[in-house]
Amino acid sequence: MAKKMHIKLKVNGKEEEFLAEPRELLIYTLRERLNITGPHIGCETSHCGACTVTINGKSVKSCTMFVAQADGADITTIEGIGAAGNLHPLQEAFKEHHGLQCGYCTPGMITRAAKLLEEIPSPTEEQIRFGMAGNICRCTGYQNIVKSIQAAAAQMNAAREAAE
Amino acid sequence: MIPAAFDYHRPKDIAGVLALLAEHGDTARVMAGGHSLIPMMKLRMTDVQHLIDLQDVGGLSGIEIGSTSIRIGALVTQAELIDHARLAIAAPILREAALQIADPQVRYMGTIGGNVANGDPGNDMPGLMQCLNASFTLAGPDGERQVAAREFYEAAYVTARSDDEVLTAVTIPMPAGGHAYEKQKRKIGDYATAAAAVQIVNSGGTCSSAAIAMTNLSDTPVFSEAAGAALVGSSVDNAALNAAVAAMLEDIDPTEDNRGPVAFKKHAAGVILRRAIERAWSRA
Ligand SMILES: Cc1cc2nc3c(=O)[nH]c(=O)nc-3n(C[C@H](O)[C@H](O)[C@H](O)COP(=O)(O)OP(=O)(O)OC[C@H]3O[C@@H](n4cnc5c(N)ncnc54)[C@H](O)[C@@H]3O)c2cc1C
Ligand code: FES
Ligand code: FES
Repeated sequence: MAKKMHIKLKVNGKEEEFLAEPRELLIYTLRERLNITGPHIGCETSHCGACTVTINGKSVKSCTMFVAQADGADITTIEGIGAAGNLHPLQEAFKEHHGLQCGYCTPGMITRAAKLLEEIPSPTEEQIRFGMAGNICRCTGYQNIVKSIQAAAAQMNAAREAAE
Repeated sequence: MIPAAFDYHRPKDIAGVLALLAEHGDTARVMAGGHSLIPMMKLRMTDVQHLIDLQDVGGLSGIEIGSTSIRIGALVTQAELIDHARLAIAAPILREAALQIADPQVRYMGTIGGNVANGDPGNDMPGLMQCLNASFTLAGPDGERQVAAREFYEAAYVTARSDDEVLTAVTIPMPAGGHAYEKQKRKIGDYATAAAAVQIVNSGGTCSSAAIAMTNLSDTPVFSEAAGAALVGSSVDNAALNAAVAAMLEDIDPTEDNRGPVAFKKHAAGVILRRAIERAWSRA
């Protein structure tokens, strides 16, 4: 058996250190080792985006990264984006505009959407659809997901203007 | 979906990579973005005992736009290709093609070096690189060598790169004229059913040069010299388009799979190439 490695990660602002086999997939590290169960396993084959997290500023499917690759990385999951009582505008908007039904894809959707809005604060519908193409939803038909992201963008831009 | 166990290495320079490749031979594999390799390892279709992660290796990043050529480091990601404003002006076909690869998450991770080194006939960059007459820099135990993209692909997953070499950069002669990368796929994020890369020059209404390459229509990308030659000297009228498509169809060799039977793939290839030529010519 291959040697275990000493791994250091920063997840949602918290330093984590442990020994792991390099082949451990990051989604399992998050869910089973660190009990961070927001990122979901949908397909496990790099297609659905349910496992999306932000790693060093990139949206990444965490089922397609070895924990060894992530050693030293700064990771944000849905848990680091908002929490009950302190929801992120995207979470509020998904709730308000029926951006989810079963909710299985939602953590990945919102984590990806948060990054998209960082890159493009006022996206067009086309930019949203293109920028969210790595996240699959079985329930909503996407219409309300697009609406939710548009609503969150408007809200976030208004809040930014008010703060200036 | 758990891959077999391996030892993990993260060297800091090419010398370190080459030393590991020399030590472990064909039990070692380099990894760039991992978005072709990890899925294969999860399916246990690839046996890797020593995984050499290139992420910290210096000198493999950056896009340099010179006066006659463009040099792209092997670790440049598809997202970086898309976001590079000067590259979008110098060689817009790269951005057009990269935008049609996979999805945003994959494009943050997938690299140009991994895409061209992989040898999967489904990858989009190899055909594009043949169209652009790019060359690949390979570093090995005896130093560096250059291999033309048009000479690099031997069969599915078999390339001119030997096991002890790393691809460090892609060099593209400055493209001239109009361009198009046209791709037919079953759904967004999918590999091509058929794709065509076209770069074409218009000299006063007459085509003076045309380069055409096709993706996922054979076990390697197909540079169709005859298809390009069919356009040269013409005004890219309907007769020339028909001749180019007919010549291309002679050069491809698709097989039946879950993207369709051979006759359908040939049909799709013809439609895609026609569209690509028309669009490239309209921009030339
Ligand atoms: C859902 C999904 C959809 C996709 N759709 C497309 C698509 O439509 N079109 C497309 O072109 N690709 C597609 N891909 C593949 C993606 O673009 C890959 O990222 C790319 O093919 C490989 O780049 P990589 O950096 O991830 O390489 P890796 O996976 O790290 O490596 C791939 C292979 O190349 C070798 N290698 C990597 N770098 C080097 C180097 N510098 N020198 C020598 N050998 C090297 C590795 O040993 C390995 O054998 C898709 C992938 C996924 C997961
Ligand atoms: S579980 Fe990772 S992409 Fe589906
Ligand atoms: S809400 Fe059910 S999969 Fe998206």
